[in-house]
Amino acid sequence: MKIIHLTRTLLVLALTVGASSATLAQATLLNVSYDPTRELYQDFNAAFAKYWKDQSGETVTIQQSHGGSGKQARSVIDGLEADVVTLALAYDIDAIAEKGKLIPQDWQKRLPNNSSPYTSTIVFLVRKGNPKGIKDWDDLVKPGVSVVTPNPKTSGGARWNYLAAWGYALKKPDGDEAKAREFVGRLYKNVPVLDSGARGSTTTFVERGIGDVLIAWENEAYLARKELGPDQFEIVTPSLSILAEPPVTVVDRVVDKKGARKVAEAYLEYLYSPEGQNIAGKNFYRPRDPQIAAQYAGRFAKVTLFTIDEVFGGWQKAQKTHFDDGGVYDQIAVQH
Amino acid sequence: MGAAVATPWTARARRFEENVATREPAWVKGVLITIALAFFGLFLLLPLMTVFAEAFRKGWQVYFAALVEPDALSAIALTLLVAAIAVPLNLVFGVAAAWAIAKFDFRGKQLLTTLIDLPFSVSPVIAGLMFVLLFGMQGWFGPWLMAHDVKIIFAVPGLVLATIFVTFPFVARELIPLMEAQGREEEEAAIVLGASGWQTFWRVTLPNVKWGLLYGVILCNARAMGEFGAVSVVSGHIRGRTNTLPLQVEILYNEYNFAAAFAVASLLALLALLTLVIKSLVEWRGRQPLNAGEESQGVPA
Amino acid sequence: MSAGQSRRVLPGFPLALGYTLVYLALIVLIPLGAVFLKSATLSWEQFWTVISAPRVLASYRVSFGVSLLAAAINAVFGLIFAWVLVRYSFPGKRIVDALVDLPFALPTAVAGIALTAIYAGNGWLGQWLEPLGLKVAFTPLGILVALTFIGLPFVVRTVQPVLEDLDTELEEAAASLGADRWQTFQRVLLPVLLPALLTGFALAFARAVGEYGSVIFIAGNVPMVSEITPLLIITKLEQYDYVGATAIAVVMLVVSFVLLFLINGLQLWANRSRART
Repeated sequence: MKIIHLTRTLLVLALTVGASSATLAQATLLNVSYDPTRELYQDFNAAFAKYWKDQSGETVTIQQSHGGSGKQARSVIDGLEADVVTLALAYDIDAIAEKGKLIPQDWQKRLPNNSSPYTSTIVFLVRKGNPKGIKDWDDLVKPGVSVVTPNPKTSGGARWNYLAAWGYALKKPDGDEAKAREFVGRLYKNVPVLDSGARGSTTTFVERGIGDVLIAWENEAYLARKELGPDQFEIVTPSLSILAEPPVTVVDRVVDKKGARKVAEAYLEYLYSPEGQNIAGKNFYRPRDPQIAAQYAGRFAKVTLFTIDEVFGGWQKAQKTHFDDGGVYDQIAVQH
Repeated sequence: MGAAVATPWTARARRFEENVATREPAWVKGVLITIALAFFGLFLLLPLMTVFAEAFRKGWQVYFAALVEPDALSAIALTLLVAAIAVPLNLVFGVAAAWAIAKFDFRGKQLLTTLIDLPFSVSPVIAGLMFVLLFGMQGWFGPWLMAHDVKIIFAVPGLVLATIFVTFPFVARELIPLMEAQGREEEEAAIVLGASGWQTFWRVTLPNVKWGLLYGVILCNARAMGEFGAVSVVSGHIRGRTNTLPLQVEILYNEYNFAAAFAVASLLALLALLTLVIKSLVEWRGRQPLNAGEESQGVPA
Repeated sequence: MSAGQSRRVLPGFPLALGYTLVYLALIVLIPLGAVFLKSATLSWEQFWTVISAPRVLASYRVSFGVSLLAAAINAVFGLIFAWVLVRYSFPGKRIVDALVDLPFALPTAVAGIALTAIYAGNGWLGQWLEPLGLKVAFTPLGILVALTFIGLPFVVRTVQPVLEDLDTELEEAAASLGADRWQTFQRVLLPVLLPALLTGFALAFARAVGEYGSVIFIAGNVPMVSEITPLLIITKLEQYDYVGATAIAVVMLVVSFVLLFLINGLQLWANRSRART
């Protein structure tokens, strides 16, 4: 008798939870995003809710979930019902297409600019006065320099960091694959802490005082300096870095089930609007819109950028060579 | 009352301290107490104090602002809800298991006891993983659940399941030895005298084990409210919806909001302290009648 | 014989046992079975490759090695702790006794951030230790601190009751035979306490091996150096490698089972030797 009662309780509970999300579905969006976009989407969600209210009269509530990019994609694949995903790299959204079959394979062609409404790059955050004299990637592999970066296995930002370093070494006058591998190997020998996400690394560097230099998203570095004291940290932009394109997409299976496609698509398109681009710029992302980008040009240092496609042949290939089990990163890590 | 509480304790230790055969030289005693207290300070007191010190570093206002913030409030509500479902279920299970194991003999009893202890030694991470394998979209029941619009993981049921698993043995573990020690004679007498099974349970068994039961429940509750690893895997981390208090601590910590993170953490630390206070009371109440007799005999006045 | 009788006298056995078994199966056995079943999709060679990769092996060394060390530290200090609590009176003893259970009740994530705040290079203790060349946070030493914290109550709470029940006659007899206190402790008390001490040790070890929440904050999580096995499971999971994650989980589960049976055996032994004295 008790068992029946128990199952009934569980069933009722499950149904209530299921039902409550169904009735709210019209006006709720869940944006599953990566670590450093918290502040960006806090601002953007408020702006979009207002815009949508004016446009359609509908009140939209946007819920956020943040975490390491891989972890977030994993949750979506496992059934976290995200209406839109805004992740750190295309590979993680590819995984949602491939393993979860929740979106079409060609998702990246659906929105302009590789579905990346804003870009960023990889820079260095150092302590005030730059005591170790860090100017470029070469300074990070010197003995005695302690470098903080997250774990490339779990963090999207960390993969961009890794690839930026690799690309730099490769593009040196005498650079080749073997030298790049040796360079990156030396770099990771200087890493005392590998957090699972970009945010964890920033906290380690800033709050715990570990390391001489933090390799970070440009937006994360600027934000950290703003939030935690411009008098304590300096940003160093290397001579060469990677163009990081954090992509966005609607999750088709979810929005079609919930009937939220219209508002979800409007949400992403609003990212490309002047207002959206402005908010991205304010939060230290590089806007795509040339006019708005010009307004914020003064904020960012000039840096030569290469893309993942031209150096690594795209994310799928980069992931396979470098980050899969037994890949180059694993081989480097084991040599530790 | 205060004196009454203290008597068995001091008296008990004094029994050893006054006996030549069971006492050590004063310097040994001093050294041992110092070691114990140093270890205590370093490993227990200091972390506890740190939580509160960090929470109040920016003052009372920041502290309370962090606690009444909507996301924090919904984390509190969710944590309470999860515990309110998980703890009673484990309570009923604990009583049933203890009744079967302590009051009856059957084959495989030892194995059953061991199996009940299992979740205790399973890593919380694996606990979370199991439910992902079962109820995730890539798992066995995921597609079916999705088709029928029933959410388990990344929703309250998943959090509840993970919590039930992690706190599974607590009540049973507490009750089984207690009920075994109490034997079966009283219950058997009640039955022989014509009481029904339920009457026997409510009037005879329960009063005998109520303190142990209470202890098991509060320990279960503390773990339920504080579980991190297992719920972290199945939560989905949706702000204001599937974040429990420990996850909220992590989120705030990751937003450079250290004072707020420690403020929420201090709530959990307070809960831990409250648990310990109740536990001490329970232990004292549970021991009292036994001690009184023992002490009056053992210690010549 | 008495068993047969009581089964007849007391009611509720089928209901209680049935409910226990169903609940146990639903919550524990079936989900755990799922892990084993999932890992069975790997061939034996594949399984072996996953669980014996250098990084995975290194994580076992960290997880099991540090847990063992932490349990050993707890065995020594826990014994002293229990001894002091039972045998001596000193001011504040009741509070100390109550707080021993703090690691049970304090959420692991809270313990993690608190310990990190204490032992980081700019933390309360870290700032004094670091100049001495002693780095705690973000090294294996940090994991040791966290796991020692987690396991502390187990030894104290298993040894304490045995110590309390101990008859003074044993020691009086030893003293009258001319043994000094240290000899008495070594030859008389320690053998009696040993089963409980080992049980506490094994419990602390079992708990430490699986610990996640408090460790990830304070460990450096560097592969081959300070990466624990549960973190590796999470890492695999986040790379969509479900099977790999479950393979490592199976290794940990098997270790847990073995430990658990060991603990149960120890407890039986402890109960018997208690009954004998």
